[in-house]
Amino acid sequence: MTAVLHKAERDAVVRPRPARRARHPYALASALFLAPMVIVFGYFSWWPIVQSALLAFQRTNLVDPAQWVGWQNFANLFADPLLGTAALNTVWFTVLALIFGFPVPVFLAVVMSELRRGGGLFRVLVYLPVAVPPVVAVMMWKFFYNSDYGLLNGMFGLVGLGPFPWLQDTAWAMPSLVLEATWAGAGGTVLIYIAALTSVPKELYEAAESDGASIWRRIWHITLPQLRGVLLLMLLLQIIGTFQVFTEPFVMTDGGPEDSTATVLLLIYRYAFVYGDYGMAAALSVLLAVVLGLLSAVYLRATKTWSST
Amino acid sequence: MSGLISDSDRKRRTVRAVLGSTQFAVFLGILVLGLGPILWTVKGALSPTQELLTDPLKLFPSQPDWAALGEAWSRLRIGHFMLNTVILAGGSWLAQIIVSTMGAYALSVLRPRYGKYVYGAILATLFLPGSVSLVALYLTILDLPLTGGLSIANTPWAVWLPHAAHAFTILLMKRFFDGIPRELFGAAQVDGAGPWRMFFLIVLPMSKPILAVASLLTLMSAWKDFLWPMVAISDGEAHPISVALPRLAEFSEENMVIAGMFLALMPPVLIFIAFQKYIVRGVGFTGLKG
Repeated sequence: MTAVLHKAERDAVVRPRPARRARHPYALASALFLAPMVIVFGYFSWWPIVQSALLAFQRTNLVDPAQWVGWQNFANLFADPLLGTAALNTVWFTVLALIFGFPVPVFLAVVMSELRRGGGLFRVLVYLPVAVPPVVAVMMWKFFYNSDYGLLNGMFGLVGLGPFPWLQDTAWAMPSLVLEATWAGAGGTVLIYIAALTSVPKELYEAAESDGASIWRRIWHITLPQLRGVLLLMLLLQIIGTFQVFTEPFVMTDGGPEDSTATVLLLIYRYAFVYGDYGMAAALSVLLAVVLGLLSAVYLRATKTWSST
Repeated sequence: MSGLISDSDRKRRTVRAVLGSTQFAVFLGILVLGLGPILWTVKGALSPTQELLTDPLKLFPSQPDWAALGEAWSRLRIGHFMLNTVILAGGSWLAQIIVSTMGAYALSVLRPRYGKYVYGAILATLFLPGSVSLVALYLTILDLPLTGGLSIANTPWAVWLPHAAHAFTILLMKRFFDGIPRELFGAAQVDGAGPWRMFFLIVLPMSKPILAVASLLTLMSAWKDFLWPMVAISDGEAHPISVALPRLAEFSEENMVIAGMFLALMPPVLIFIAFQKYIVRGVGFTGLKG
């Protein structure tokens, strides 16, 4: 019947144009359902973001009224020799975390995806460390790293190696933290890659196999390129996550020895909750947010270029 | 099973040998690294401290001291601090589920005209990690704006309410609600159902799977929380176990501390093992959100 109608009539039948300024049928209900969400986001997400930007230009210690100080907080920050140390330490943590933590989950996910039986058990085992609360995990590794009665030096001692100064030496402390963090986090990444691997079209593998491509070439030319999107996403998320590392240095080393594991977030925590200088802490938070924002922007830019080529 | 290695590959001897031994090595590796540390806490809890210090490589305690677990429970008051964790995690879970189901329902089904702006403002917070506004959030809970100086610091509300503002759970819920066939709502409207009855009689009953996934992810992450409860709750008596443990460790014997660690890690590990199907699915989804 639609076919015989004129175009204007057809439009009217299929898509009755809403009268202008007609009231939304559920205006009141919509507002009521949205209210809790808008209130909690307003108070605990949107306002703190705005307030961080304001605080960065104020001096406040919660006792005296807040004062506008312009760029003074940033000037003080850059005058603090610890800022450079903390920034470098944080970048070093991130780089080490990528070296330790990026290839291993890819390897595990590819191997585990090829299991015909027992995949469930593998997945449980690989995710178990992620289920352990981070504080308990860090305390556990602190015991393992102990120079006198630690498990690791004991085991290396059996084969005549060590003892190693896991947490005592300025060069060793950071890699030791990264080792723990990798142990604690890799399982989640493995599960994400396994989920991504199930969406690789089987026809690609079948076609490659009938063309005589070896298993290695199939991994190199099909599996990894097909995972590219999720690999890049996890790379960005891992970088953003490791830029905010806190629990490991706070519980395991308290930034030591000699500030070799002092990270940016540890510094923010100290400025605010040890020295009570909330303006400085906010200024450093804003700097961190800017860096993370730039990273995300570069990432979005890069993935756009890669996906269009 | 991804289909990378086909049936005909698996008939070749070298493929079978390499694949089998790699899988076996991986199994041993994740067994030792995944289960090992948890079993180590069991051993450490049951061994006398003296033995831990002199012979850390011992696989089994010479005289398992089962009373140590009970002693840690009462002397370090693990039960008290775990109850604090249960209260904080439970309230965070409830607040987050109520706020996200209601909000996602409004955004996905009721769709007010300003909805897309609200949703945009919520998604934008995904890109700003919480630790960046940690300091401002602390000042906010000390003095809630527009309330005449109300402070919720040092109360459970300071943990519950910020947890409710979780963009990812809202995204998860909205995506799920978007998949509910619109005809259902049309039919319900014809039958005279209003927005509240559609919410309680259609949306909630249909959302059990996503509610299960969101609940588990929320509970596990609330149980693991460390930095925020440490900042938001100044009263040591009200600290959750994760904040209390490092402090208790400073003045307690090693085997007591390890027993405390074992007790603290068991609830999330057991929840994970019991509901691993849902959690594995949920974690797989988190990576594909982009």
